[in-house]
Amino acid sequence: MFKLLKYSLYDIVKSRFALLYTLFMVLVAISIYQVSEDMSKVSLSLLNIMLMIVPLISAIFATTHFFNNLEFTELMLAQPVKRRDVFLSQILAVMFVLSMAILIGFGAPMLLWGADITVLTLLGIGISLSIIFAGLAFLASVLTRDKAKAIGISLSFWIYFSLIYDGFVLYLIYSLADYPLEKTTLSLVFLNPVDLGRVIMLMQLDISALMGYTGAFFQQFFGSAKGILLSSSMMFIWMLWPMGLAMRVFKKKDF
Amino acid sequence: MISVQQIHKKFGKLEVLNNFNLEFNAGKSYALMGPNGSGKTTLIKIILGMVLPNSGEVYVQGKSIKGSFSYRSNIGYMPQIGRYPDNIKIGQLFSMMQDMRPEVKNYDLELIEAFGLDKMMDKPMHTLSGGTRQKVSASLAFMFGADILILDEPTAGLDPMAAETLKNKIKKEKDAGKLILITSHILSELEELTDHAIYIHEGEIFFNDTISSLKEITGESNFSPAIAKLMEWSLKKNTKKTELTHV
Repeated sequence: MFKLLKYSLYDIVKSRFALLYTLFMVLVAISIYQVSEDMSKVSLSLLNIMLMIVPLISAIFATTHFFNNLEFTELMLAQPVKRRDVFLSQILAVMFVLSMAILIGFGAPMLLWGADITVLTLLGIGISLSIIFAGLAFLASVLTRDKAKAIGISLSFWIYFSLIYDGFVLYLIYSLADYPLEKTTLSLVFLNPVDLGRVIMLMQLDISALMGYTGAFFQQFFGSAKGILLSSSMMFIWMLWPMGLAMRVFKKKDF
Repeated sequence: MISVQQIHKKFGKLEVLNNFNLEFNAGKSYALMGPNGSGKTTLIKIILGMVLPNSGEVYVQGKSIKGSFSYRSNIGYMPQIGRYPDNIKIGQLFSMMQDMRPEVKNYDLELIEAFGLDKMMDKPMHTLSGGTRQKVSASLAFMFGADILILDEPTAGLDPMAAETLKNKIKKEKDAGKLILITSHILSELEELTDHAIYIHEGEIFFNDTISSLKEITGESNFSPAIAKLMEWSLKKNTKKTELTHV
């Protein structure tokens, strides 16, 4: 397992993608740090960029990586190694590289210009989203034999969680405005990792006061120990299930 | 050594292998033949556990391969198209494969030297030509002295000299008592290397016996016309079929 992981990691790190992605993250972080001195403004801008870009790049990269490495996967499957280990070495290598890019890309400027708890939360959310979308991308990849189709499915995951889902929630809130919807919206937030990340982050900042009664309710919930525990375990479930499901399919797949 | 029992495999609606039974014994070499898409590679992949059959069992050295992975340490496999990670070097690929089989201590490096690969250990895989990749695949298949060798179109893409080197190596391993399974469309090569012919047609075994009895049954003294006749018969699907199937 660790031998396989070592070689998959070596292969990804050697490819130019990892370097370019990290460089891109550093550039984004530096430019935003230059604009403002206020730490909460910085983390809010970083958050907005991250919530759009990190899932997109994670999904696309993980899918292309899976298909580019398909022949190598086949080669490994003919060796005396477990299928589970072949799968895990591939996916963990991708997750590791994506996480490191965020950690270094956003972390290096933070070391230079200082960080607080909000920026650290931001790092955590970025890494979680990378893992979640890499998992979803691998799920899309094992479900189809066609690279273009798999990229299409990965992209629709991204569009769904980043755009469509929010539209749906807004529509629901707007049309049911006369009813108390706090608990409903809370559970809806749990069903979308991007929204979950956003809300966890916003609750760290002081702008929740602008969000009316729902904002106050959220603030109370996510501020409590129970809320923190629940939201982080929900994030954790989001990281695990796409990967677990993809592994189940992978174990029964024909190569 | 390998026993394939009642294998049934469908890809969607397409039936690739239908009620497939085969026995492969140690010390023999088998030629696996059949038109394109007849299920040769699928059969090989089922034996390797890369494709999972819908029903049926495969036994390698007496043990069912279902859910097992360690049996593969006894198989040397050369794929039809060997593609490798772009950024890895030849030497690294070899040491990686050696890492995968920690129980093997003595490596058979004969082919690596014969192909001259030992002089280009630092070349990354993506700079290699198709033929050189094929040489790498062949070296890997023979490296661990496995008792079973499965070669999917071994000489396709190799230059005549390298093909000859590989063929000599295959003969040598055959004489050493290993089980060799070859698919190829180059009949002269199969005649040279194998003593047992298996002809697959539309997912069923059409012929399975020694090459000498194949010549006898078809009434041809040469291998190629005998196979051509077999193909002709299989396309007609005439009554000879029942007479021919020895399994």
